[in-house]
Amino acid sequence: MFFSFDLLLEAILFGVLLGCFYAAVSIGLSVSFGLLDVPHVAHPAIMVFGAYCTYLLNTYNFDPIVAGIVLMVPFFLLGMLVYRFYYEAFERRGSEAAVRGLAFFFGLAFIIEVGLILAFGVDQRLVSAPYIGSSLELGEYRIPYRMLVAFGVALVLTFSLTLYLSKTFTGRAIKAVAQDEPALRLMGANPVRIKQWAFGIATAVSALAGAMLIIVGPVDPSLDRVYIGRTFAVVVLAGLGSMTGTLAAGLILGISESIVLMLFGASWAPAVAFGLLLIVLGIRPQGLFGR
Amino acid sequence: MKYWISAAVILALALGVALSRINEYFFFAGFVVLTFVVLATAWNILGGYAGYVNFGTAAFFGLGAYSATVLFKWQGAPLAVQIAGGALVCALLGFGVGLLTLRLRGIFFAIATVAVIFICETLMVNWRYVGGATGLQLLRPEVLAPFETYTRMLFVVMALLAVAAVSTARYIQTSWIGRGLRAIRDSEEAAEGSGVPTLKLKLFACTVSGALMGAAGAPWPMYLSFIEPASSFNLTYSVSALAMPMIGGTGHWIGPVIGALLLGSVQQIVTVTISNEINVLVVGVLLVLFVVLAPDGVVGLFRKWTRYFK
Repeated sequence: MFFSFDLLLEAILFGVLLGCFYAAVSIGLSVSFGLLDVPHVAHPAIMVFGAYCTYLLNTYNFDPIVAGIVLMVPFFLLGMLVYRFYYEAFERRGSEAAVRGLAFFFGLAFIIEVGLILAFGVDQRLVSAPYIGSSLELGEYRIPYRMLVAFGVALVLTFSLTLYLSKTFTGRAIKAVAQDEPALRLMGANPVRIKQWAFGIATAVSALAGAMLIIVGPVDPSLDRVYIGRTFAVVVLAGLGSMTGTLAAGLILGISESIVLMLFGASWAPAVAFGLLLIVLGIRPQGLFGR
Repeated sequence: MKYWISAAVILALALGVALSRINEYFFFAGFVVLTFVVLATAWNILGGYAGYVNFGTAAFFGLGAYSATVLFKWQGAPLAVQIAGGALVCALLGFGVGLLTLRLRGIFFAIATVAVIFICETLMVNWRYVGGATGLQLLRPEVLAPFETYTRMLFVVMALLAVAAVSTARYIQTSWIGRGLRAIRDSEEAAEGSGVPTLKLKLFACTVSGALMGAAGAPWPMYLSFIEPASSFNLTYSVSALAMPMIGGTGHWIGPVIGALLLGSVQQIVTVTISNEINVLVVGVLLVLFVVLAPDGVVGLFRKWTRYFK
């Protein structure tokens, strides 16, 4: 095994970029699962769906980031629809809803995956943009611009969501619904409408995350399976519903994955997220920044 | 008594069909359907009775298959030993998963079991002895006396396993163990408070369920004469093993059997006539439909109808 300080530094640098990307793809789940307690296993599938929409828009010469931002509108509506359906079918019926809701979202994920296979085939898809394929030369390190783009978007997403949740009226209402739903009801607010709104935001964020997904690398329909582990690992590690925690947890996952990649090779990397997830669940289920 | 007679009749029927001159394809497809009967029944012991959603069926299935492969490659072990080995290894894994239930419930337990799949898969991908990511070709041994082909023999073996699995599930359901598990499902605190040994029961259910899933996976390498990690640990097994009891009805031992026979047969027909992708789509759509519209599955629908016509 070859090891040097330079290599470690490069791995950490790459890990930081990768970690921010992981935070970007997890932050939607941090809202829907972390704050709203919806067992949203279909989150990565919706993201991959967003990536394919970005790909479609890109064939009409849309820049992928612009495409991702445009897609946020229809995805917001889609999210509201999904939550409404979930609420009417499961949440309202009470006790055993969690298990059935979980099964529902797994079914949804598979329907999206197969729908994408039927529409686009199983081949990998790419987008083209001026910043994909070239890299920034920093002394002896080379940083691909696509990772820098993901890094920037992740930071913007995290901070705007943190600000939104703590400064605006609806943002605070979303936090309130996560903390004490009956109390919110007593204040005269409608928790279902707030949750619906929040779920819409979470889904809109996944559209942008999907654009990041296809900027960072090629996408195929079954990619969501790996990301179930990564996104849930980040959200659980962060402690449910903490936005800055999500960023920190993403960094932890990114750095450990890139170090494992350097030391043992690519075939071990997928196990890192799941191993981390099992360890966190076993030792500290409330996460690092848990409420 | 009625149950045992019908079980014996079904077994005799399977053996009779296997010795007759029916088209080979019937056994090829029937083996898969019977495998799903075992998987669904095993899933239901933990998921249906105790309410712990195990999404790691693929981990147990794949690990069972790989245990059988290792035994076969290392010692040339016969099929019965392979199945016992697969069951034993997966019973241990099930016990480990059972320990997770100490701290995790609901979706957290489900997500943790997904993690188990990917960890097992990564281990197998990196294990050269069993062929790594490219997989391993296996040479089937000679078929035993009364059977014409190996697939026919596997069909009868799987029928035997299915009857064993269903009998186990039925025993658990009707004994005090099943009552304890149902108490856990309804309210774990209340069960613990009224003296149900919750931890022991959960560990027992996880171990038995895991062992049965491992036994179902063990004949798979011999069935395909080939093993490879990506397909052995495929999430589709997990979804199917969860969808079948949900479609059939999770409360009664017959539920997963109905679900597996129904969905398994539809899957086989769709795979042959249309395509493999549509087959996964069918599972997803049926799962969503049943979970939303008929939460108690076919068994629940049947009960509703009989009550309505009385």
